[in-house]
Amino acid sequence: MTHPTVSAPAVAPVPVAIPWRTLAPWLAFASVLGVVLLYFVGAEQGVLSVIAGETVHEFVHDGRHLLGFPCH
Amino acid sequence: MTVRSLLVKGMLVGAVAGVVAFLVASVFGSGPVQAAIDFESATAGGHDHGDELVSRAVQSTVGLATATIVYGLAIGGFFGIAFAIAYGRIGRFSPRATAALVGLGGFVTTALVPFLKYPANPPATGDPATLDQRTVLHLLMIVIAVGAAIVAVSLGRSLRARLGDWNATLAAVGAYVLFVGAVLMLLPSVESVPDGFPALVMWEFRLSSLGTQLAVWATLGLAFGALVERAAAPATPRERVGAPS
Repeated sequence: MTHPTVSAPAVAPVPVAIPWRTLAPWLAFASVLGVVLLYFVGAEQGVLSVIAGETVHEFVHDGRHLLGFPCH
Repeated sequence: MTVRSLLVKGMLVGAVAGVVAFLVASVFGSGPVQAAIDFESATAGGHDHGDELVSRAVQSTVGLATATIVYGLAIGGFFGIAFAIAYGRIGRFSPRATAALVGLGGFVTTALVPFLKYPANPPATGDPATLDQRTVLHLLMIVIAVGAAIVAVSLGRSLRARLGDWNATLAAVGAYVLFVGAVLMLLPSVESVPDGFPALVMWEFRLSSLGTQLAVWATLGLAFGALVERAAAPATPRERVGAPS
């Protein structure tokens, strides 16, 4: 059994092909979705409020504080 | 290795990283959070937790887990895309080493650098009046730290031919530290810790918050690379050793 070396592989790594033209819309969509998720965890019902009230804020309250988002 | 498989692996490992972050946050963070809320109730100021829209029991368990797992999932997706861009383009690194470097970069740029200027605040220590300012400054700090890191990496790449790998890396890291140091000095500080807030609670809370972020990025950086390397490795004959043909 051989262990692959961690720092310097024998064969030069081949970059992952990134076909930007095909991927761009998907990456844009995924990034928007990612930002929306982060917004709901980190900032909803803080400065801005999409859903009325404080329930979302209170539900993720501890996570928001401990993940380092500015919170009330 | 395709962008598709890397994105999927990123989100999977990200969810696991969220679980690890939840464990770190609840073991080390819930004590100081509760202490801060107790201080807040004792001084009866600021944000009111008395309405119990969501009970403390839910906030510190299901709520916290939801927050860290959703956070891990989103960060993991970005991690997968960042790995796809970095692998084979930032130097001669194996998948495991590349993932570890992307994880280190993610931790430094999105957690450590912002933490140096706008550290996490426990309940009772943030002035609601400055929330909009703090939110914008915190986000700005992350954007600057990540953007400057991308510039530093491409600077390092362009200096390689002239300075060699080691010195080009040092020059890029040095330029990054100088630039980020200047930004940290220039951006305004916003601190509104009330008088009498226990310093020990603040210290423990901030350490546990940094530890929670470290858990996310360490899990991503280490587990993602192992998973990718495992998937990329050609089927070795060792599985068949000892088995009758």
